[in-house]
Amino acid sequence: MSYRLGVDVGGTFTDLLLINETSGATDMAKVPSTPEDSSVGVLNGIKRVCATAGIDAKDITHVMHGTTVATNTILTGTGAKVGLVTTKGFGQVLQIARSFVPGGLGGWIIYNKSDPLAPLELTIEADERMSARGDTVRKLNEADLEKKLKALKKRGIEALTISLINSYSNGKHEQQVRKVAQKVMPKIPISISSEIIPEMQEYERTITTVANSYVRPVVAKYINNLRKELKFRMKSVALHVLRSDGGLASVDTAENMPVGLLMSGPAGGVAGAIWIAKQAGYKNLLTFDMGGTSTDVCLVQKGVARTRRETTVGDITVRAASVDVRTVGAGGGSIAHVPELTGALRVGPQSAGAVPGPAAYGAGGQEPTVTDANVVLGILPDMAKLGGEMSLDSKAATTAVKRVAAALKMPIKKAAQGIIDIVNENMFGALRLVSVEQGFDPRDFALVAFGGAGPMHANALGKLINAWPVIVPPAPGVLCAYGDATTRLRDEASRTVIRKFKETTDKEVGKIFKELQEKAAKVLDAENVARKDQTVSYQVDIRYSGQGLVLTLDVAAKELKAGGLAKLSKAFDKEHTQLFTFALEADHEVVNLRAVVQGKASTVKARKIKKGTSTPVKDSKLGKTTLFLEGKDRPATIYDRGKLLAGNRVAGPAIVTEMDSTTLILH
Amino acid sequence: MPTTIIQPNKKKFKKVKVDPITLDIIESSLRSTRFEMDAVLFRTAMSPGIREQNDEFPMIANSDGKMVVGQFGSFIHGFIDAYDGTLEEGDIILTNDPYACGGAISHLPDWLILLPVFRRGRLISWVAMFGHMTDVGGKVPGSLPTDAESIYEEGIQIPPTKIYKKGKMQDDILELILHNCRLPHWNRSDFNALIAACRLAEKRIIELNDRFGDDVYYTSLEKVLDRNMRAMHHLIQTNVPEEKQYFEDYICDDGVGMGPYKVACTMWREGDKQIFDFAGTDPQSISSVNFYLNPEMFKMFVGVFMIMVFDPQILFNDGFYDLVEVRIPEGTILRPIKPAALSCRTHLLGRIFDIMGGLLGQGAPDYLSAAGFSDSPHFMYSGYDKKGDWYQLYQIGFGGIPGRPFGDGPDGHSLWPDFTNVPNEFLEAYFPLRIETYETITDSGGAGIHRGGNGIRMGYCFLEDGKVAIHDDRWLTYPWGVNGGTPGMRSNKIMVRVDGTTELLPAKIDNVIVNEGDILYFNTWGGGGWGDPFKREATLVARDVDRGLVSVEGAKAYGVILNKDGSVDEKATKALRAKLTKARGKVELFDFGGTIEEIKARCKEETSFDPPRTPVFDRRVMHLSDKAMAAE
Repeated sequence: MSYRLGVDVGGTFTDLLLINETSGATDMAKVPSTPEDSSVGVLNGIKRVCATAGIDAKDITHVMHGTTVATNTILTGTGAKVGLVTTKGFGQVLQIARSFVPGGLGGWIIYNKSDPLAPLELTIEADERMSARGDTVRKLNEADLEKKLKALKKRGIEALTISLINSYSNGKHEQQVRKVAQKVMPKIPISISSEIIPEMQEYERTITTVANSYVRPVVAKYINNLRKELKFRMKSVALHVLRSDGGLASVDTAENMPVGLLMSGPAGGVAGAIWIAKQAGYKNLLTFDMGGTSTDVCLVQKGVARTRRETTVGDITVRAASVDVRTVGAGGGSIAHVPELTGALRVGPQSAGAVPGPAAYGAGGQEPTVTDANVVLGILPDMAKLGGEMSLDSKAATTAVKRVAAALKMPIKKAAQGIIDIVNENMFGALRLVSVEQGFDPRDFALVAFGGAGPMHANALGKLINAWPVIVPPAPGVLCAYGDATTRLRDEASRTVIRKFKETTDKEVGKIFKELQEKAAKVLDAENVARKDQTVSYQVDIRYSGQGLVLTLDVAAKELKAGGLAKLSKAFDKEHTQLFTFALEADHEVVNLRAVVQGKASTVKARKIKKGTSTPVKDSKLGKTTLFLEGKDRPATIYDRGKLLAGNRVAGPAIVTEMDSTTLILH
Repeated sequence: MPTTIIQPNKKKFKKVKVDPITLDIIESSLRSTRFEMDAVLFRTAMSPGIREQNDEFPMIANSDGKMVVGQFGSFIHGFIDAYDGTLEEGDIILTNDPYACGGAISHLPDWLILLPVFRRGRLISWVAMFGHMTDVGGKVPGSLPTDAESIYEEGIQIPPTKIYKKGKMQDDILELILHNCRLPHWNRSDFNALIAACRLAEKRIIELNDRFGDDVYYTSLEKVLDRNMRAMHHLIQTNVPEEKQYFEDYICDDGVGMGPYKVACTMWREGDKQIFDFAGTDPQSISSVNFYLNPEMFKMFVGVFMIMVFDPQILFNDGFYDLVEVRIPEGTILRPIKPAALSCRTHLLGRIFDIMGGLLGQGAPDYLSAAGFSDSPHFMYSGYDKKGDWYQLYQIGFGGIPGRPFGDGPDGHSLWPDFTNVPNEFLEAYFPLRIETYETITDSGGAGIHRGGNGIRMGYCFLEDGKVAIHDDRWLTYPWGVNGGTPGMRSNKIMVRVDGTTELLPAKIDNVIVNEGDILYFNTWGGGGWGDPFKREATLVARDVDRGLVSVEGAKAYGVILNKDGSVDEKATKALRAKLTKARGKVELFDFGGTIEEIKARCKEETSFDPPRTPVFDRRVMHLSDKAMAAE
């Protein structure tokens, strides 16, 4: 028997989902995350899930996981102290950035720019110069560089980035600088821009490479610990990490290119939501993933999540493809407070996090959180268990929420209701951002709610934004892990090659593609994906010479053999006309070539539940309770989701509980 | 005669009930349509000014021509008043003539596309967009001749012209226009891109109307405008005093040896209305630095400025226009008379923001920002390369955002919305250039509790023989500081020839011959400082020194003395700050770096250039201003 394991390391909980590859049967576990070393939480979880399933960890062949380690490192500013080497005259590349001031006309009046990820005082300039065509204009002055690197080392940097002008065209000088740096600081991890992202535009290439350095030590420590421990516990397990773009990567790639993992966690949720909604027959979705510290939302059209070529975390935007997920700082752990000055009730963005967590977790948390408010309102009943083992401390929750109620001079339940209303409004804003504000009507979309807290708020959000239906997948707390476990292995290699069509040939382009494919395929080879199971696709970024941005066209390998470029010209003109209403007589120009190699798709299927009548069976009712909803106490029934059958109708107000989450159905 | 709009369907729009969700959807959808227009243009345009620096502006207006989303306010009324012709479904207007549209666009390189959106025989909306073309002909490459004496020297003038008639493109006209431009293939692509962006907006608007109905669309736009009017009404009542506030600022020179030119403005409130009167502003210049200021555009500036300062949550549109009145005397440098040259209006256009800041901030010094990077300095480089191909670059420079109540000014940033710099690697890949340095200028930001941002030093090494042009300002007058903050450093341009000789170039000059290997250092200016520099936390000053943004010597402007290791010498700092505070005396609201007379007297010594001569004005204009004075 072989098993695959999906693992999602979130800010608060680590979720695990074990899938029997033959039967599709699943087991799950939820354990607290361990931010100081996330691998500890993962291992705890593996122990737990194997015990539940009654299997030996050695039977697990694939561990696929999504992680927010990289993202949280940036958001909390806890990354490495990064040193930066630029070309002489360009040391302030991050300070100036693109000179862009957000906020439209007059935006400069209130804009406060944050400090660069690699501080100016830790930036040195290498005396060297490469031309745009990749010819050496000035050789690298190694003696001068060595002196500067030594001074930089003294400042205690923990990672080094090298990003020189025109290195996208020729990375030789960057490699030379790396050699010198390796000598001066042998223990410091080094990222060089011509390897991380060999694309034109010095600011974008530099910030992307710096971000890579910034998160790398934290990610590397985590991955290495995990790899070591897994090897110890399992026989020949393949460990993979979900990238921001929704493809799976090998751990080596992940470790060297952690900048591609910034959206890993959210991408897993989106992949899981798409997978589960597809089984239910829905393809237009708003995904709504409410966790402990934040909520991620994404719009899925016809079964495909919107993606973009860049990733934004906090106020940093890097060049790395990612699923277009928007995040707000609103979650179950968001803290409610009443500032003295205004006397208004605010919820978040501060969060009680994993430690100590909401007061109701009984782990020493004192601050009133959204979870505590849900306890006070009766929505999280005493019998609900968190992650199966943690029980709720409703007294502590009440004490915490009372403080807010006192500050508001309000009865406690009213205050709790206020906390919920406000956090719902914040999440409503995020849903609007991906739907209404992009011109989509949420009434045409289904809301898929997951994450630990999602199902408790889903009905209210569905009402607010008018989405129909609201889908709460089974085991909504581990949906990300589902996504992790059902995604394909994928790697891509790209290169900037700026040539007018008339200056290149099908043969030349074909040759570069072959090289790129080989590079990407090797990564999959290393993961024991046989070449016959690898699917290759090529992409060309094209524009009219003189234009700024590019259109990406797919091209088949065999097309390149005969008249590929000519066909591409036509296809580009057609696409250009379709998108922009006109085509030009101008020269076509290749900008980037990219080979994408993917492994086999997963064959895991969801398990079907038995059909029932419209009335739920009697033993699905766990009991009666009282919920405080819309200003008054209302009687409600509690159901056990495990006992509900297909076709059952449940009238609200009601609570549906399952192992890892609680769904609120409004009246 | 105003424009006659042909609408076969005579039915009037009805005000109907609109639920809040629909209203939000329509408003948000129009806002994102605006960004879609930008995206289409950036992707398909060729002029780097549009493509990389976003020198383009879209707008969507309701059927009455009031701007619902956009940046610079609506000019549709100005156009309708001036265009004596008919307009019907399928027509698209192209123009670049500031005099024909009340200054909606303010110089010939800006090409404006105006598209009336019809549905079922009725005009339901207007869409417009303009972008800055790299070249529109005229006497110099880039079409921005500093020394032009009339608009006829500045390139081809396109009066409002139906470039599409009932859906049919007028190829002959377009070819005629392109024939007059140095880079016709760029103009063609940029033109197509503008059309495509407007067409996309048209499509989106029609979709919205299909979905919700014309009456719901109409009513929603009214409501959105009304919302803004109520918000601005409140802002004006609470923040604009009834007593008159006065402020003046200058552009340094006109590029032909005269200056500075004064812009004067008085502001006050009368009942519900906020009034701006530019009486006292200098007459129009004989060169091309005139700026035809569209009053509607100025209203938008005012609205945005007040919203940003007092309540950034408000979304802005044209709804409040009736609450603001702008008086600009004819024949002044802000309302020149045809055929005054207009191409180099960028300096005055930028300076308007300093003036507005000084004017609105006086009554509420806590909200007063220092003078910022109130310009878009131009650099142009053109010629034939060794292969005989023509190259032509037009680029905008950036500088110091001022110290503001909210914090330090960013270094080397843009004051203009959405502008970004051209990546240096892009420049090097497409033009015969190598950028030797791209960094901020140490100490160029004014000192203050909040430091002014530094200007930028950009070193262009030319790889081909050719010609360059420079259009910059604030080389004479200072980017002023406020509330005790000191002025930022002024701009200058240094040419280091391949033979090692060095020369200073004036701020405004065309046709400078350069040879392969020459290096031009284009140094922009810093932002003014905000608040008493002796009260800035000394450790912040030490940090700026460590970062190379302020020098050890420059730290003394903050009264800060550093130890050898870079830490603050607490004792010496305390003593110096006490001494300097005493010597300075009372803190003035503004620090202009001296009066104009004082600045002119020091000019030769400080800048190596003779001070500009006092301007002489056109007789016709003098006559006008005499009349105006007599009337007063």
